[in-house]
Amino acid sequence: MIIADQKPLSEIQDMLAPYRKILLVGCGTCMTFCSAGGREEVATLAGTLLSENKDMTVDKMTIPQQCAVKFIDRLADKVGNYEAILSMACGNGVQAVANRFPEKPVLPALNTQFIGVEKEPGIWTESCMACGDCILWRTGGICPITRCAKSLLNGPCGGASGGKCEVSKDRPCAWQEIYHALKRLNMLHYLKEKPRVKDWPIHPGRIVREDLREVEAA
Amino acid sequence: MKSGSNLERLLESGQFSVTAEAGPPKGTSSKVVQRKGELLKLCCDALNVTDNQTAIVRMSSLSGCVLLKEMGVEPVLQMVVRDRNRLALQSDILGAAALGIRNVLCLSGDHQKFGNHPTAKGVYDIDSIQFIQMVKNMRDEHKFLNGEDISGDVPFFIGAAANPFADPFEFRVIRLAKKVAAGADFIQTQGVFDMPKFIEWMKMVRDRGLDEKTHILAGLIPIKSVGMARYMRNNVSGLSVPKEIVDRMADAREPKEEGVKICLESIEQLKEVDGIHGIHIMAVAWEDIVSRIVEEAGLMPRPVV
Repeated sequence: MIIADQKPLSEIQDMLAPYRKILLVGCGTCMTFCSAGGREEVATLAGTLLSENKDMTVDKMTIPQQCAVKFIDRLADKVGNYEAILSMACGNGVQAVANRFPEKPVLPALNTQFIGVEKEPGIWTESCMACGDCILWRTGGICPITRCAKSLLNGPCGGASGGKCEVSKDRPCAWQEIYHALKRLNMLHYLKEKPRVKDWPIHPGRIVREDLREVEAA
Repeated sequence: MKSGSNLERLLESGQFSVTAEAGPPKGTSSKVVQRKGELLKLCCDALNVTDNQTAIVRMSSLSGCVLLKEMGVEPVLQMVVRDRNRLALQSDILGAAALGIRNVLCLSGDHQKFGNHPTAKGVYDIDSIQFIQMVKNMRDEHKFLNGEDISGDVPFFIGAAANPFADPFEFRVIRLAKKVAAGADFIQTQGVFDMPKFIEWMKMVRDRGLDEKTHILAGLIPIKSVGMARYMRNNVSGLSVPKEIVDRMADAREPKEEGVKICLESIEQLKEVDGIHGIHIMAVAWEDIVSRIVEEAGLMPRPVV
């Protein structure tokens, strides 16, 4: 899932400065699971904004997904009443809403951080960079592109110590984890191979599935 | 000869070689590099010019190499993949070849987080092992990474780093084997303080026959003070400084003399280790001690071949 966290209140206040009528929109999928922009966070932020800005109107609405047009359409008959939409979606959701309502300023209340998992309550870690060429089959299910601070394909580097990455004692060395995983799985031979140089994707990404396009056209 | 460099000639002729580090300044003064060149040129066979060492911006490594070369000192061009993608790496390799640089050391580089621009975007387009392979293909096949032809020769003696003290220990030698298979002609190791562990690693190296496929130069870091010993033990990842060394520095009446003594003892031990073909002295901000260490280690005058 996509993981985000809330922007500092001061930055949100700066963004909102020109506006007095705000529609605050939460997202029911990733942002709810990572406790950054679900119904609860929408309620909390709305309360804070109202107490900080006595003359402001903040109405709340949470839709199941801000990245799907069919759900964004639920906002259609409301947005006309507001000067701006403050979105508690990831960057993907903010852009989808902005694209749907081109006449309205759509402002991000969150900083989108990464694709990741909840490690334990209150701790999330990044696990996938969507690099477009998955090699998890040869790395014991641990992604070095994402979880090695240098994205090495032939790790670990000389900075690994005591199972930790040189960048921070809080970070496990991904290549040490890969080593142990491959050992456990009897796949250490993968470590002796020389993986080819990576083809990095060209951004922005775009996938075209002709089979699905034909169905649509028919 | 792959490159015709002095370092290659010496190592190939079986001479115990000595290299040291000449870090460029955080500024534009050519004199800083030239001064280090003067200090080190008689006691070393080649000088490594570091590449934005510890991710702190400095004069470029290639410029430092040219300054040394102009004064008749042979440089080793250090290059990290942290700051350059495959285009920039290859173009700098071509430029270095054109400028007469003949030794290159291919590195990952310390993470940018440790430097003076900690939020810089790290490049890491290819990794150090892929970089070694790329330079080898440029040299031996006259091919760019994409397979296109290179016009002209790319004569480099290719080096790599090895850290016997990082984890997991049992994997370090596998990684060295990969570097050698990729094309590393010589290896400069992380600073050796933990001699028993280093000797154990070298045995694993010899068991795989790697010492016959590459020239291993053992890294040495002369210690000036107990503070420096403690700092390296506590703060430099992948460096192993045993308690005994820290204690010796703490108890020493003249710490600098003790540091020299430790270094000389290490050299004596390293000379006896099969498969060690030289030493690489990293005397950061203590370059003037190197000539004394080399002299007292009985390694002067440097041979000419």
